[in-house]
Amino acid sequence: MTQPNLLTTRLDGPAVEQQVARDMVRRALPLAPVLMLLAGLIWGIDGSLSSGYAIVIVLANFMLSAAILTTTARISLALMMSAVLGGYLLRLALVTIAVLAVIHQSWVVVVPLAFTLMITHLGLLFWETRYVSATLAYPGLKPRGVHPGRKMADPT
Amino acid sequence: MLDLFAQAASSSTAVAPTEILKGLGAVGAGIGYGAAAIGPGIGIGIVVGNAITAMARQPESAGVARTTMFLGIAFTEALALIGFVVFILLKYT
Repeated sequence: MTQPNLLTTRLDGPAVEQQVARDMVRRALPLAPVLMLLAGLIWGIDGSLSSGYAIVIVLANFMLSAAILTTTARISLALMMSAVLGGYLLRLALVTIAVLAVIHQSWVVVVPLAFTLMITHLGLLFWETRYVSATLAYPGLKPRGVHPGRKMADPT
Repeated sequence: MLDLFAQAASSSTAVAPTEILKGLGAVGAGIGYGAAAIGPGIGIGIVVGNAITAMARQPESAGVARTTMFLGIAFTEALALIGFVVFILLKYT
């Protein structure tokens, strides 16, 4: 049996990462006002703006990650591996720059910004994992609470 | 030249202990953030390496492997994000 060449093997299938990332953005849209309202109740308008900024950073991070994966998977698996590892450093640097660029602005409150970054990232991931794992375990079924006609990420 | 050394010596003795502690705190926060980014880097390497092996062996199940890989990368990256959050909380609050 011949071993596949990782330099020339490429994946031409559907861009599942893009579907997952778009799902996360769709789920974040109703969640964002709630988080901003909570931050606004505790820290005022500035807290609400900081919270919104953190949500935008998290969603942009997911979309960029998916875009890197999709683009490089269509070229070669080896490129995808290096792009994921390089992309990790790049995205971490971009998140750092995006936060440090505004941290001294008058409308930024550090605590809601920091906590929203963490809560949104983890919350969206757990939420998406619930749907993806249910789809993988029971391919013919949809998890409870999904509205009919609403599209989900198809991992196959 | 000697004047410059003298100025430097006098200015260094004038640094308040609170400023030294503030500087050391910033150095510690930076080292902590850097250390927090190492583990996820190794973790992402393991996740992607194994996913690529799976995809190369069974291209027909590449969709499942890619979905799991994407979520695995994001979960591992959350650790680095937590390190960053600790960094900004230590440095700016």
